[in-house]
Amino acid sequence: MTNTKKRFHFSRKLLAIPYGLFLILFVVAPLLIVLYYAFTDDAGKFTWEYVRLFFNENGEGLIGFLKSYNFKTIMRSLFISFMSTVICLFIAYPVAYIIANCKLKNKSTLLLLFIVPMWVNFVLRINALKEFFVWIGTYNKSDAWNIVNTIIGMVYDFLPFMILPIYTTIIKIDKSYLEAAKDLGATNAKAFLKVTLPLSKAGIVSGISMVFLPSMTNYVVSNYLTFRNVKIIGKLIDDYFMGDLWHDGSLIALLLLLFMFLVTWLTGDFKQTEQTNTRGTSLW
Amino acid sequence: MEKKQQEKTAKIIELIDVCKQFDGLSVVENMNLYVRKGEFVTFLGPSGCGKTTTLRMIAGFDMPTSGKILLNGEDISNLPPNRRPVNTVFQKYALFPHLNVFENVAFGLKQKRIPTTYVDKNGKEKIKNEKIPKSIIEEKVKKALEVVDLVGFEKRSISTLSGGQQQRIAIARAIVNEPEILLLDEPLGALDLKMRKEMQLELKAMHKRLGITFIYVTHDQEEALTMSDTIVVMADGAIQQIGTPEEIYNEPNNTFVADFIGESNIFTGVMPKDNQVRFCGKSFTCVDSGFEKDEPVDVVVRPEDVTITAYEDGMLKGKVTSVIFKGIHYQILVQCGRYEIEIQSTTTPKVGESVGLIIQPDGIHVMKKVFRVNKFTGVITKRNTVEFGDGEFDCDVTQLYPNSHLDEDGYLITAKGEKLDLTDTEVNVEVGLHDITMSDNLEEGGAQGHIISLIYKSEYYRYIVRTENEEDYVLACEDLWNENDLVSLSIPKDKIRLSLKVSEGGKQ
Repeated sequence: MTNTKKRFHFSRKLLAIPYGLFLILFVVAPLLIVLYYAFTDDAGKFTWEYVRLFFNENGEGLIGFLKSYNFKTIMRSLFISFMSTVICLFIAYPVAYIIANCKLKNKSTLLLLFIVPMWVNFVLRINALKEFFVWIGTYNKSDAWNIVNTIIGMVYDFLPFMILPIYTTIIKIDKSYLEAAKDLGATNAKAFLKVTLPLSKAGIVSGISMVFLPSMTNYVVSNYLTFRNVKIIGKLIDDYFMGDLWHDGSLIALLLLLFMFLVTWLTGDFKQTEQTNTRGTSLW
Repeated sequence: MEKKQQEKTAKIIELIDVCKQFDGLSVVENMNLYVRKGEFVTFLGPSGCGKTTTLRMIAGFDMPTSGKILLNGEDISNLPPNRRPVNTVFQKYALFPHLNVFENVAFGLKQKRIPTTYVDKNGKEKIKNEKIPKSIIEEKVKKALEVVDLVGFEKRSISTLSGGQQQRIAIARAIVNEPEILLLDEPLGALDLKMRKEMQLELKAMHKRLGITFIYVTHDQEEALTMSDTIVVMADGAIQQIGTPEEIYNEPNNTFVADFIGESNIFTGVMPKDNQVRFCGKSFTCVDSGFEKDEPVDVVVRPEDVTITAYEDGMLKGKVTSVIFKGIHYQILVQCGRYEIEIQSTTTPKVGESVGLIIQPDGIHVMKKVFRVNKFTGVITKRNTVEFGDGEFDCDVTQLYPNSHLDEDGYLITAKGEKLDLTDTEVNVEVGLHDITMSDNLEEGGAQGHIISLIYKSEYYRYIVRTENEEDYVLACEDLWNENDLVSLSIPKDKIRLSLKVSEGGKQ
C-alpha cells in the first residue's frame, strides 16, 4: 500500500478500509467534538467552567452536588440499570441453562422463541407495554410505580441480550467436566456451583455489559412508560442538547463514557476478552 | 504366584447380565465379568465394541438397561457417580480449566464429608459430617503430586501444562481420593509414542505401589499386553475372551482375538481326526482335539511360529515375495500356491528365493469356525463375471460402487460419471450358506466338487463341497445327498456379495 510504485495488489488489509472510515467518521470524530465542547466556552477558549458548573451547581460545593438534580438523575439511572441487570440475570440464566441442557434436538428453535420479540419494532413493543400498564392501572400511578414500570420495560427489552451470551457459553462447556466433578464426589448442585457457573462466567460478564450499559441511557423506555416522569442519564443529555446547552451536555456525555469504561473494567470484560475469544464463547 | 494371590482376594466388582442400549441400539450385551481386588484389568477392543460404555457403567455415568453391577457384593447399579468409591481418569483428562493444579487435585477431597460423632450440649451423641481439614488436604495433594512426579506445580494453571503433565494431574486428581477402583479411559491416547511407553511403565509401577484395582480401557493391544494382569477382549458389545496376556496371545478363542492381538495368519481348514489338521492343501500335526470328523475350523499361525528352511525340507513350499526390516526381525511374505504366509524371522532370504516352511505342532492353533458365510477372494473377469473358489459365476458388479451402472460396452460408470474397467480387480466374495444350490447337472452351476461332509442340523443338512483344487463351499440343503457325490453349484446373481479388496499382508 505504502509503496506506490508497486502495481495495485489486492490484499486483505484493504478490507479494513470501510470500517476504518466508519471508525474515523462516527467514533473518533464525534468523540473529539464532544471533548472539544466539554472543555471550551462559546468563544472556543479552553475552560473548566462546565466541570465546575456540573459539580457545584448551587455554589454549595460537593455536598450541594449530592443534593443536585444531576446527581439524583445519575443515581436513579444507576438504580434502574442495576435492578434491570440483576432481574435479567436471574431470568436469563435459568432459561439459558435449561435450553442448553434440554434433550431436544432443535435447541435453536427454542432459543428463537426468546429472540423473536426482538424482531418486532422496539417502539411498538414499548408502546404495547405502556398500554398494558394503562390497562392494569399502574401507568403513571406514582413515582415508585414509574420506576418499577421502567425497570420492567428495560428487562423486557434487554432480556435476549442476556440469554444469548450465557447460552453460548453453557452449551460449549464440555460435558466431561461435569462428569469429572460428579466422579470426584460432587452432588449435582455442587457440580453446578463449582463447574458450570464459573465456566459460564464469560457469558455472564458479557451479558451484564450488554444490559447494564444500554439501560443507563435508553430513555425511550422511560419516556414512553412513565409519561416522561422518570429521567435517566440519557434523557438528561438529551435535555441539555435540546436546550442548546451543548457544553453541559457534552460534559455529561463524557462523564458517562468514563463511567462505562469503569464498569467494563470492573466486571473484568477487558481481562476476559482474550480468553473468551480463544475459546470462541463470546458471542457479542 | 499371581494365580495364588488372586485366589485369596475377593471379587471387588462384578457385572451380572449387564446390557446397555442407546435408543434401542444394543451396545453391550449380556456382559458377565468380575474383577478381583488389586487386579490390573484391561478392556481391549476396537472402537465401538462397548468397552468405554462398560467403563462408564462402572463409573455411574451410564446406567445399565438391565443387569446388575455389584461392588464388594452390593448392588450399585443405580447409585450416582458421586456415591461410588470409584474414580476416573478421562480420555481428554477433563481437568477444570478455571482451577489451578492444586485446586484440581484437591477437588475431590473438598467434596468429601467425614461422619464424626460428637457430644452436644445436652450430652447426647450426634453424628456430624465434617469437612476434611485444610492441612490434611494439602498434605494429601502433595503426596499425590509426588506420586506423579509433579511437586511444585501447585500454583500453575492447567492451560500452561503439556499433554503429558495434564495426564499426570488427571491421575493425581483421581488417586488422591484413594478410590477402591481407578478407571482409566484410554488415558494415553493423546500422548506421543515415546511418552506413551514411559507412562505405561509408570502406570504399571503406580498400580503395584498403590495397590488399587485398575480398570483400563484401550484399543491398543500392545498397551494391554504390557500392563495388564487380565485382559478382556471385546467386540460388538460382547466379551470374546478373558485371560492373562499370555493366554490371550497364545491361545486365542477365535479368529477375532487372534487377529486383534498381534499378527497372525488365519487359514480355513478341516480336522480329519484328532491331532491332525488340514489347511493350505497339506496335513499338519497339531495339539488340538475334540472336533467332529472333518469339521471346518479356523487355523491361526503366528508369524513367529513359522520357520524358514531349505526348499526340500519344507512342509509348505513357496516363493519369497517381500522382505521388510522391522527392527528386531524381518517381516517376510511367502507365496505358497494361492496362500500368502507372513513370517517373522531374523534370517533373511532373498525376494524370489524358493523356500520351505515348517510349522511346529504347538504353533498351530485350531479353533471352531463360526460359520455365517462363505468367504472367498475373487477376480472380476472380462465378461463382468467373478472367478472364485475354482469356479466362475455371474454377478452384479455395480454393487462395488454405489449408484453405478454398466454401459453397453461392459464398462462400469460410477455415480460421478467415471468410466472403470473392472477386469482383473480383486474382490472379496461372500455367499450365504442358504444361497448355494446343488445340482447333478454338471453344466448348470459355476463350480463343481465332491461332497466331502454332511452333517444333519435338525432342519437341514450342512454340506461341505470340495472342488478339485481344494476350495471348500459350505452350504445348507434340505434334501439328502450322498457323500462323494459330484455336484455342480449355482448361486443366484443377486446373492453374491462383492466388496473391493483392501490389500493386507498376511491375511487370507
